[in-house]
Amino acid sequence: MTIITERSKTSATKTEQALQMYRQMLAIRLFEERVNDLYTRALMPGLAHLYIGEEAVAVGVCEALHKDDYITSTHRGHGHCLAKGASPDRMFAELLGKEAGYCRGKGGSMHIADPATGNLGANAIVAGSVGIATGAAFAAQRLGNGRVAVCFFGEGALGQGSLYEVMNLAQLFKLPVIYVCENNLYTEYTHFSETTAGEILNRATAFGLEATAVDGQDVRAVHEAGSRLIERARRGEGPGFLLANTYRYTGHHVGDIAREYYRPKAEEQEWKMDRDPIKNLTKWLLDQKVADSAQLSTIESELTAEMDKAVEFAVAAPYPSPEEVEQDVYA
Amino acid sequence: MPEVAQREVTFAQAIREALAEEMRRDATVCIMGEDVAEAGTPFKVLSGLVDEFGKDRVLDTPISEAGFTGMAVGAAMTGLRPVVDIMFGDFITLTMDQMVNQAAKVHYMSGGRWKVPMVMRTTLGATRRSAAQHSQSLHAWFSHVPGLKVVLPSTPYDAKGLLKAAIRDENPVVFFEDKMMYKLKGPVPTEEYTIPLGVADIKREGNDITLVATSSMVQVALGASALLEKAGISAEVIDPRTTWPLDEKTLIGSAKKTSRVIVIDEGYGRYGVTAEIASVIGEGAFYDLDAPVKRMGAMHVPIPFSPPLEDATVPTENSVFEAARALCNRN
Repeated sequence: MTIITERSKTSATKTEQALQMYRQMLAIRLFEERVNDLYTRALMPGLAHLYIGEEAVAVGVCEALHKDDYITSTHRGHGHCLAKGASPDRMFAELLGKEAGYCRGKGGSMHIADPATGNLGANAIVAGSVGIATGAAFAAQRLGNGRVAVCFFGEGALGQGSLYEVMNLAQLFKLPVIYVCENNLYTEYTHFSETTAGEILNRATAFGLEATAVDGQDVRAVHEAGSRLIERARRGEGPGFLLANTYRYTGHHVGDIAREYYRPKAEEQEWKMDRDPIKNLTKWLLDQKVADSAQLSTIESELTAEMDKAVEFAVAAPYPSPEEVEQDVYA
Repeated sequence: MPEVAQREVTFAQAIREALAEEMRRDATVCIMGEDVAEAGTPFKVLSGLVDEFGKDRVLDTPISEAGFTGMAVGAAMTGLRPVVDIMFGDFITLTMDQMVNQAAKVHYMSGGRWKVPMVMRTTLGATRRSAAQHSQSLHAWFSHVPGLKVVLPSTPYDAKGLLKAAIRDENPVVFFEDKMMYKLKGPVPTEEYTIPLGVADIKREGNDITLVATSSMVQVALGASALLEKAGISAEVIDPRTTWPLDEKTLIGSAKKTSRVIVIDEGYGRYGVTAEIASVIGEGAFYDLDAPVKRMGAMHVPIPFSPPLEDATVPTENSVFEAARALCNRN
């Protein structure tokens, strides 16, 4: 089952692309709502970190990538994996620890990886994948295969020194890598202003990276800015840094429900009402007459049916047999 | 070891030859590290490689161990076979997240779908008057981590054959070189050979006591064996060559034959390589042992600078000789 359909970059018009991005953002939101539901019903082991509210960043950037381009993701990674082409059924299966999951149940929510879609893996160490993404760009450059690598991370990763080591390396070697910083305002339970000195973009421009900030709730703007950095990197003009200003609607993880000690409910409401990426795009699609509300409802019911089917598949799927525990420690 | 075309080369030259041969054989093999190109490292181990392979494949990096090790992990996942150079073993502390949380786990966490064929070359060993931050033998740390392999060559012949095998291995391999051994000469055939990882080598046959020794301690054990011979004690010297995979069968077999064992390793004994090997032998050969397995390692102190202090921290031919004599009740 593939919700995110294959598309031809050359034939896609701006409007078709916008409709496709609508579909992808909605798919991610519906996926995450079901993750929350599975957790609440105690069907999911462990925890999950939901991407609701930030969909436009993954979708806008991944829409500008080729299937064989690379991404690395984070603990809040379901959206990146889906946007890069992962199937919801195998994603859900992985979240439930089932053998049909992308990692045969060995990775779970924070470690989805999929070579078929260029997904080098979600990473549960904050900034843990910055080296991997930079290395994939290095290999792409040395092998001359024309691929680029996108490294997604939250603003919390700005506190890790390894990020600055690899940005320096990437610029020195002119590597085709784009660092996408999703500033959702909260480093776990702490406002980013309490953890981040100076201007974020200056940290990238200090190394000479092409750096730009974008409204992370506007998928078309993210796509445009992302495309520019990606194509520039693909041409061999060096690494880029995209700062996407966004918002995490839910808690740090599914169990983080009482949040008022670190942020007011009114703030959450404001983002949900006025700055929702799906609502924003819906309005644009209707205003531009790219689609009418009947079409959009059809897409929503199709996606809902597919997501429910994917959940059913994962719930019914078997666990790996205990003998698998020692498999794949070594290649 | 083949008889034909024997010649003597130094340990450093054996390393250099292994790298050069593998780089000629496979265009994806590349070297990255600090001062590896024109400088050929401070130990001059890599001298001349940049002339043959160019700066694209012998890559000087900034002093960013975490950054370029992380880059190697990503590059290994996507088509290259990087050999990372960490100048002093003490600096592996800076690479720990990349090696332990990333390289070691990528294959398993992805359900066997990604792999990391990389080598980290680094050094160990005291008595170079380099003080506490340039003298440690920290190979036990990596030996503790599932997903990594750890190699400890003790002769030029082993260094060349093991390094070639490590480069061809599909897993992350950490290769520790005793920095005091670079000028040691030994026979190395001109023809191609590799040595499989996980096979111990009997460096000297004997009947009365087994000296299990690694890396720098193999020469010490051989020296002690000569002294023991004069005292009428026949010592067998076994070099595991890799701490993981560990050739438990050969270790246990020798212990059963001689009934007395000393394990000698330059790392700290506390929770270290000697503890593990002694335990393997204790479990595997208990009913054939005539004495408890004795362990000899570095003293539990930061390595001091002052020569008489530093020399006291590591096992010597004499201390091993005395310990062996006592274990054989021949004081």
